[in-house]
Amino acid sequence: MLLRQIPFSLLMLFAIALMLLTATFSIVVGPMTISLFDSFKGLTPWANELPTHIQLVIHQIRLPRTLLCLVIGAILALSGTVMQGLFRNPLAEPGIIGVSAGAGLGVAIAIVVFSSIAMQYPLLMNIAAVPLFAFLGGALTTLLVYSLGTSKNGTSVAVMLLAGVAIGALSGAGIGYLNFIASDQMLRDLSLWSMGSLAGATWASINLATVSLIILLSIFMRNAKGLNALLLGEAEAGHLGVNTQRLKRRMILLTAAGVGVTVSIAGMIGFIGLIVPHLGRMLTGPDHKVLLPLSAIMGALLLTMADMIARVAVTPAELPVGIVTAIIGAPFFLYLLFKQRGRM
Amino acid sequence: MTIVKKNAISCKNILLKLGGKVILDNISLDLHHGQVTTLLGPNGAGKSSLLKILANEIKATPNESSEILYFNQAKMNWKGSQLAQHIGILPQQSSLTFAFTVREVVELGLLPLSLSRSQADCVINEMLEKVDTLHLEARLYPLLSGGEKQRIHFARVLAQLSKSGNKTLLMLDEPTSALDLSHQHNTLKIARSMAEQGAAVLIVLHDLNLAAQYSDRVLILNNGKIQSDGSPWHALTAEKIEKVYQQKVEVLKHPSADYPVVYAI
Repeated sequence: MLLRQIPFSLLMLFAIALMLLTATFSIVVGPMTISLFDSFKGLTPWANELPTHIQLVIHQIRLPRTLLCLVIGAILALSGTVMQGLFRNPLAEPGIIGVSAGAGLGVAIAIVVFSSIAMQYPLLMNIAAVPLFAFLGGALTTLLVYSLGTSKNGTSVAVMLLAGVAIGALSGAGIGYLNFIASDQMLRDLSLWSMGSLAGATWASINLATVSLIILLSIFMRNAKGLNALLLGEAEAGHLGVNTQRLKRRMILLTAAGVGVTVSIAGMIGFIGLIVPHLGRMLTGPDHKVLLPLSAIMGALLLTMADMIARVAVTPAELPVGIVTAIIGAPFFLYLLFKQRGRM
Repeated sequence: MTIVKKNAISCKNILLKLGGKVILDNISLDLHHGQVTTLLGPNGAGKSSLLKILANEIKATPNESSEILYFNQAKMNWKGSQLAQHIGILPQQSSLTFAFTVREVVELGLLPLSLSRSQADCVINEMLEKVDTLHLEARLYPLLSGGEKQRIHFARVLAQLSKSGNKTLLMLDEPTSALDLSHQHNTLKIARSMAEQGAAVLIVLHDLNLAAQYSDRVLILNNGKIQSDGSPWHALTAEKIEKVYQQKVEVLKHPSADYPVVYAI
């Protein structure tokens, strides 16, 4: 209650400042020591005064990676926030209900089916075919879970989670089968993707993710009031003049697109979409008009932090960032489940 | 023609079949401005289904001659958000579990309206006051009792209708089910005063005596048909009640007011 009395503008300001600070540190941190001063300098027009190898590390590796972390984190958090609103259930999250797994199967199918064009047109493959298939996989999964688990009283947690388990298993089997029939080159692409890391950041993927983020955020914001009304229940939202069928369809497609983009670029990164909306609601309440922008910032912040941990925890090697988010997120999920237990 | 214009809603031949069973059997009904109409009937009579069809929540079974007009216009002639400014519906229960504050819940009712911040605050205060919940305004909704929640949603619906002008339809589905004695009467008094200001009010109730006290018109629904329709004195006779509810009753005049009182015997 106390937390919610902090003015929203102050909260946003604080979150943005923290995000920028973390992003800066994320450029400083890494196996190669670059001083804070040099890191800053690397981001200014005076970067060319630095030794070439430092310039390269900053411009080719650390800056793209940090930017990608920020954008992917924001998309994951937004997708989670909207999905929880859509399901009217704070346990809905793309990873938990199997949407990420569905998107993952889409990615694997794309890699295997389009392997012949991947060599010739790598860009077309990476920013069109793979994300498109990830989106299709995610959208089908969301539709399936939604129609299975949602009644007029909201979503049954049990059905939703079980559907997630089943779809996860099915997608896992599908991906396993594709691995089994894949050629050497496909296998290399598959395993590269399935390691799911933010290390492979390219400007093409950053651009794709950024454009997606801008589109998602602007459409979500325009539907914020409708999403608020939907929390009352579908019938009630209808009585308030919200076209609930259209709203639901849009939100399902857009969250699936968000998940598809993140999964195709960075693999399956769980729990950001679960934790961030919760923290956001503790800070501002469930009103989507303020929750959505705050979630975007906090998601960016959290994934960048997780990625920093992933990079330094076992230097010189690197943990997949999904492991870090799972270590933070899974206990959090159990705690939420514990709290909701009475209502299952 | 002027009489026709007074209908907030008029429906013809509403048919609802679910799994081969007839829930509503060709119901035709007009609701008039300035009247409180209560809908009574035993469990499973089709009261909630009728309300849901009138509220556009569920669709009636397609039927050539069926028709629903809101303020003399078919639904498709209204834009969704426009109609929402004139029709408010209080559900029996809400599935809201997210931690909005009480004020925010009431503010959700203002969605179809475009009010300035100060106008909105003014309406929210007024409606919270009306349902006796102003002292709860900063509390979190999920932590309230069932009766408090019901009153907050009533305030939300009243806020939704705050700019409805001379076209107002208020439908309440068992609005007193979770309320204590004084709040039951307060809720129905608010409904009465809405009707006196020109609104058409439809209330689903179980308590025959509350219906007798507050309605201009009583409808008794049974087996998907309207069995009785008229003033409380006309509709609530011992004979009709016994036939519908299978319960022996005695109907007397209230000692100090002109409405019937029903005793089970």
